[in-house]
Amino acid sequence: MKQFINFVRKEFAHVMRDRKTLLILFGMPVAQILIFGFALTNELKNSKLIVFDQAKDPASQEIIARIEASRYFEVERNLSNAAQLESVFKEGKIKMALVFPAGFNASLLHGHHAQIQVIADASDPNAANMLTNYVSAIIQDYQRSLSKSSLSPYRIIPEVRMLYNPQLKGAHNFVPGVMALVLMLVCVMMTAISIVKEKETGTMEILLVSPFKPILVIISKTIPYLILSLLNVGSILLLSVFVLDLPVNGSVLLLFAESMLFISTCLTLGIFISVKTSSQQVAMLISLMGMLLPTILFSGFMFPIENMPYLLQLFSNIVPAKWFYIIVKSIMIKGLGFSAIWKETLILVAITAVLLIISLKSFKIRLA
Amino acid sequence: MQLPAVDDVSFEVKKGELFGLIGPDGAGKTSIFRILTTLLLAEHGSAWVDGFEVIRDYREIRKIVGYMPGKFSLYPDLTVAENLNFFATVFGTTVKDNYELIKDIYVQIEPFKDRRAGKLSGGMKQKLALCCALIHKPSVLFLDEPTTGVDPVSRKEFWEMLNRLRMQGITILVSTPYMDEATRCDRIALLHNGKILSIDTPENMIKSYPEQLYAIKADQMYLLIKSLRKYPEVLDCYAFGEYAHVSFKIPFEEYLLEAYLGAEGLSGIEIKPTAATIEDYFIKLLKT
Repeated sequence: MKQFINFVRKEFAHVMRDRKTLLILFGMPVAQILIFGFALTNELKNSKLIVFDQAKDPASQEIIARIEASRYFEVERNLSNAAQLESVFKEGKIKMALVFPAGFNASLLHGHHAQIQVIADASDPNAANMLTNYVSAIIQDYQRSLSKSSLSPYRIIPEVRMLYNPQLKGAHNFVPGVMALVLMLVCVMMTAISIVKEKETGTMEILLVSPFKPILVIISKTIPYLILSLLNVGSILLLSVFVLDLPVNGSVLLLFAESMLFISTCLTLGIFISVKTSSQQVAMLISLMGMLLPTILFSGFMFPIENMPYLLQLFSNIVPAKWFYIIVKSIMIKGLGFSAIWKETLILVAITAVLLIISLKSFKIRLA
Repeated sequence: MQLPAVDDVSFEVKKGELFGLIGPDGAGKTSIFRILTTLLLAEHGSAWVDGFEVIRDYREIRKIVGYMPGKFSLYPDLTVAENLNFFATVFGTTVKDNYELIKDIYVQIEPFKDRRAGKLSGGMKQKLALCCALIHKPSVLFLDEPTTGVDPVSRKEFWEMLNRLRMQGITILVSTPYMDEATRCDRIALLHNGKILSIDTPENMIKSYPEQLYAIKADQMYLLIKSLRKYPEVLDCYAFGEYAHVSFKIPFEEYLLEAYLGAEGLSGIEIKPTAATIEDYFIKLLKT
C-alpha cells in the first residue's frame, strides 16, 4: 500500500510540475465551453424579429413591447402585408416572425382564447428552437399576468412553424458534447503519453528491474488524471450553469458518478495506447487522430448518427463518447435518473474492463 | 541475416568480485547486461544470477539486483531526494534503513537534494543513479558504462566508490569502453563483436604480453608510422596517444633504427621501452 501511495505521489509530481501541460488541462475545458457557449449565445441575443401585426390593439402592442424589452430580440419593423414575409426570410437577416391575427385583443378578451403564429428560420435548428422557446415564454408570461386579474384563465396559443427544417434535426445541446470531447482529449492523450514517456526516458528499464507490479503502475498513472478530470467536469458544469444559464436537470451526483466512469474508460484507453506504442509522438498521434476524430464524428454531438450508413452506425457503438453523450444528455437536459441510462452505463463498464484486461496482458515485462 | 549482438559468451563472476566487461561500442556489453538483468531473452543458452535462472526466476532476480543503465534513467522532474525515496519504496525499503550503504556517495550530492535530477551535472547524475541502484542493498550490482560522459576526476572518484562497495561484499559487474579503467577491476572480460576474446585478471593479461613494447615518437607522426611499417624487423606498429607502440621480431639495435628513421626524413625521434597495457593486449588479440 505504501508502495502504491508513493507511486501515486510520484505521478502527481510529474503532472503538477509540468506547468504548460497543466495550463492546457485546465484552460482547454474553460476555453471550449466559452467558445462553444458564446458562439451560440451571441447569436441569440438581439436576434432580429419581424412583426406582422394585423390587430394593432392593446394586447398585441403589449406583447410586442415585452419582446422588445427582452435582451433576446430586436424588433425590426412592422410588415404591412403577408406577401412580404417570405421575401424577408429569404434575405436571411430575420430569424423570426410574429403574426397577430386581426381582432387579437377582442378574441382574447371575449373568447379567453387567441392565437399567434410564430415562424422561425430553422436552417439553424438550435437557434430556431431556442428563439421559439423564448417567444413562447414571453407570451406565457403575458398570459399569466393577464390571468391574475380574471377568474377564468386566458389562453394564447402560439402556433409555431419551423421554416426550412421542420423536424429540427441535429438540434442538440453542446455542453454534453463538449464534456465528452474534453474528457476524451485530456484523459486519453495524457495517459497515452505517460507510460510511453517512461519507456522513452529509460526509467521503465529501471522500473522493470524491480519488484513492482504492472497493475500498480497503471493505476497510479491514472489517478492524478482522474482527479484533474473530475475538477474539469466541475468547472464545465459551473460554467454551463452560471455563464450559459443551462441548468442540470437531473442529479448532479449521478452525473459525477457517470463522468467518473467515462473518465476511467478514457484513462484505460490511454493506457492501452501507451502500452502498445513505443514513442510519445506515435502515442500522441494515435490519440489525436484515432480517438478525437471518431469522438467528434460518432458521438452524435455534431453529426446525427441516425443519418449515417448502417456500417458506420455499427461502428459508432464502440465509441465510448457516444454512450457518455447519451448519458449526459439524459441526466442534464432530460433530467432522467439511473433507470433510464443503466444500459449505456453497462456498456461503458464493459469497454473499460476489456481495455484494462488487454492493457494488463500486453504490458511488456521485458524490453523486447 | 541478422548479426547476433552476443554470441557464445560464457563467464563466471565470483561472489564479491569487481568484474569488468571491457570493449568498444557495439561489442555487446549492454546486451549481456540486459540478459542478466532479465530485460532481454537470449535466443539460446542460460544464465544464473546469485543462484537464480534469468528466465524462470526473473521475479527473484529483480528483487536482489541493482541496475544502472548506460543512459541516465531517473526522473528528471523529481528532485534528488524524491528520486531516491521513490526507488527505495519501489523495493519496499526506506532510505533510512540502508543509509549506511550509500552514505559515502550520498553526502556528496546531499547539498543538492532539493534540486531536480535533470538539472544535475553528469558526475552528480551518475552518483545519484548509483545511490538509487544501491538503495535496496542489492547482492549483485550491474553498472552499464557508469563512467561514460563523466569528467576524469569524477571517473576516478566513481571507481573509488566501487572499490569501497566491493569491500562491503557486493558483487559488481561493470562495463566500460575505456581500457585504462580495466586495471581497477579484479577480473575483466575483453569483448569484441559479441564475443569474449579473453577473461583474466588485468595483471595476468599484461604479463602475458609476449613481446617487449617500445614507444616511439617523432615530429611527423604519420610519416613515422608509415616508415616503421616498412622496416623489416618491425612486427607490429600502431598509434597510441602521442607515441607509436612498436614490437619487433628480433632484438633490435636502437641506433640502426634511429639512423633509418633519420634517413626517412623524420626529426625529434624518441625511442623508449614501455610496459604493455590492456589496450595493447586488446589490439594484439584483435590481430591474432
